[in-house]
Amino acid sequence: MATITLAKGINMGLRKAMENDPKVLVMGEDVGKLGGVFRVTDGLQKDFGEDRVIDTPLAESGIVGTAIGLALRGYRPVCEIQFDGFVYPAFDQIVSQLAKMRARALGKVSLPVVIRIPVGGGIGAVEHHSESNEAYFAHTAGLKVVVCSNPVDAFFMTQQAIATDDPVILYEPKRRYWEKADLDESLTLEDATPLHRARVAREGADITVAAYGPVVKTAMEAATAADEEGKSIEVIDLRTLSPLDMPTLCASVEKTGRLVVVHEAPVFLGMGAEVAARATEACFYSLEAPVMRVGGFGTPYPPSRVEEDYLPDLDRILDAVDRSLAF
Amino acid sequence: MTDSAVAAAASPQAAHPRLARPVSDQPELVQLLTPEGERVEHPDYAIDLSDDELRGLYRDLVLVRRVDAEATALQRQGELGIWASLLGQEAAQVGSGRAMRADDYAFPTYREHGVAWCRGVDPLNLLGLFRGVNHGGWDPNEKNFHLYTIVIGAQTLHATGYAMGVQKDGAESAVIAYFGDGATSQGDVNEAFIFASVFNAPVVFFCQNNQWAISEPIEKQTRIPLYRRAMGFGFPGIRVDGNDVLACLAVTRAALQNAREGSGPTLIEAYTYRMGAHTTSDDPTRYRLSDELESWKLKDPVERMKAYLSRNGIATQAYFDEVERESAELAAYVRKGCLEMPDPEPLSIFEHVYADRHPLLEEEREQFAAYLETFERAEGTR
Ligand SMILES: Cc1ncc(C[n+]2csc(CCOP(=O)(O)OP(=O)(O)O)c2C)c(N)n1
Ligand SMILES: [Mg+2]
Repeated sequence: MATITLAKGINMGLRKAMENDPKVLVMGEDVGKLGGVFRVTDGLQKDFGEDRVIDTPLAESGIVGTAIGLALRGYRPVCEIQFDGFVYPAFDQIVSQLAKMRARALGKVSLPVVIRIPVGGGIGAVEHHSESNEAYFAHTAGLKVVVCSNPVDAFFMTQQAIATDDPVILYEPKRRYWEKADLDESLTLEDATPLHRARVAREGADITVAAYGPVVKTAMEAATAADEEGKSIEVIDLRTLSPLDMPTLCASVEKTGRLVVVHEAPVFLGMGAEVAARATEACFYSLEAPVMRVGGFGTPYPPSRVEEDYLPDLDRILDAVDRSLAF
Repeated sequence: MTDSAVAAAASPQAAHPRLARPVSDQPELVQLLTPEGERVEHPDYAIDLSDDELRGLYRDLVLVRRVDAEATALQRQGELGIWASLLGQEAAQVGSGRAMRADDYAFPTYREHGVAWCRGVDPLNLLGLFRGVNHGGWDPNEKNFHLYTIVIGAQTLHATGYAMGVQKDGAESAVIAYFGDGATSQGDVNEAFIFASVFNAPVVFFCQNNQWAISEPIEKQTRIPLYRRAMGFGFPGIRVDGNDVLACLAVTRAALQNAREGSGPTLIEAYTYRMGAHTTSDDPTRYRLSDELESWKLKDPVERMKAYLSRNGIATQAYFDEVERESAELAAYVRKGCLEMPDPEPLSIFEHVYADRHPLLEEEREQFAAYLETFERAEGTR
């Protein structure tokens, strides 16, 4: 057993993947000597060399575009985008190039590119450092989108993403980078939850709260608080946004009859909209109340001194839970 | 011969002479004041300033450095979330900032506190973003100083477009775009160069090459001196000693004047050094040696101006003392203003998103207001 942080989990996952496959590369801004602004790639350049851990020029389109070329040449690049708000210069390369190339080549090329993005708010940062833009990419056919919420998942999901032959956007909840958990080092990838499977994070009977990334912890805290009031919340960590794991979610909703979906991203056209629509279609006769969504507002991410008001917190989750239970 | 040398000799490329690599020798830079504070002449950049103007530049340098130091201290004390220090870059910013006329327009990055000062922007305006009470919030048109742009390079296109507008209006103003050495790698910056060149836009590209983009040294961005990039885009580029306020003033003045007169864009590379961390969140000891820092300390922009002024009897100790006193006052003003800055109201999140009404957003706002009221009520009954 080792106690690791979420950032360390990703670091160890990258290291494992690099040890196992010489074609795995890490590339991005400041990922080398500095080890990334969050130190996620700490020590990798020292151990694997500048050839495999590459400090790139400051250009996100360049990072993803050249990663595509490297992948065409047989490499498995893992790109780091420094912050969520800086992925947009690479948008064309991701959405028009990376996502579509397999289909255009009728399956004759694979682009096993991973794009790691620290996501979400809550760290008191200035603008463009707290965005939740997963819906853009989940909306794009050809990309897989996953979000880890804890150190153990971080370790395994990083390796699973790298092993995937499709492009994967791997979101890392930046305000949870320093959260700790125990990792059983005897476990292998085969023991891990498959990449595209949701996970029951806490069992409950009265209502399902589905969340992913940074707000899984918030949902767990809400469940603990609700317990004291005699309400039993089942928490589902969705983990994978594209593809979505509806069977796991539906099994829970069929049991509890109620669903609240939580994310930091704006509610309007967010993942919650898709989850709610699908849950309604699939579990209509089990539902006792409309599916509720808790998330960001339809505004730009606010200045940090009001971000606590913007971010879904325990109270807002419990408010939605109460409204659902009272329906 | 080793096996690999044999293989190389047999490879098709070996039959061709190797193309010469671009040399990155240290090119000439325009300098009017040596690091020792000695006035030197440059054939193309004569400058004739009154003693008052010279003293004024010194005062700017000192005040700007003082505001910066105060902001760094405020961050350390938890009053700002983060601060991007301009330490070491005062001359580049004051020189270029003072080269502007009132009708010129500046598009800054997040580090242009010295330019803001020259434009007459209240330093407290800058603090709002770093404290986290707003995203900038000042009226860019009040002082012709645009909002800080954090997304690297984006503002260079805005500056170019603004300059295209100036040109269409037949106005005689110029625009200046600030950016860093790292930014020169961005597509946006290269596209700005192309648009400016093709449309002959009245814009000056002012690149502060402070040698670092967070942890990445300039070699990670370029194989040739940056100012030489301009040639390939079809406009002149020039390197200036970025720690020499007189040279920065002279070169930027000339470039702005060229722009106003219809001669199109210029790239100015102000060769300088980021003396501090990238921001207060950064730890430069992880990636750079202190020798480098020490060697740049000898080129300090403020000290060299002070040496020049005192050696030539342009300013006396009494003047330096007076500036010192003024800078302490300014720091106190900045500190007080920062501490008094109120946190935004929660419902302010919903303001200014659209010019027109947006029913869904209004609905969200109302729901959130009602939700907040439930807490107030709960507190009232306690
Ligand atoms: C598009 C984009 N990518 C990444 C970042 C993160 N970032 C902030 S500052 C910086 C380095 C900028 O270096 P440079 O252009 O030399 O300016 P300096 O900070 O040295 O003034 C980076 C990578 C960003 N702000 N925007
Ligand atoms: Mg720089």
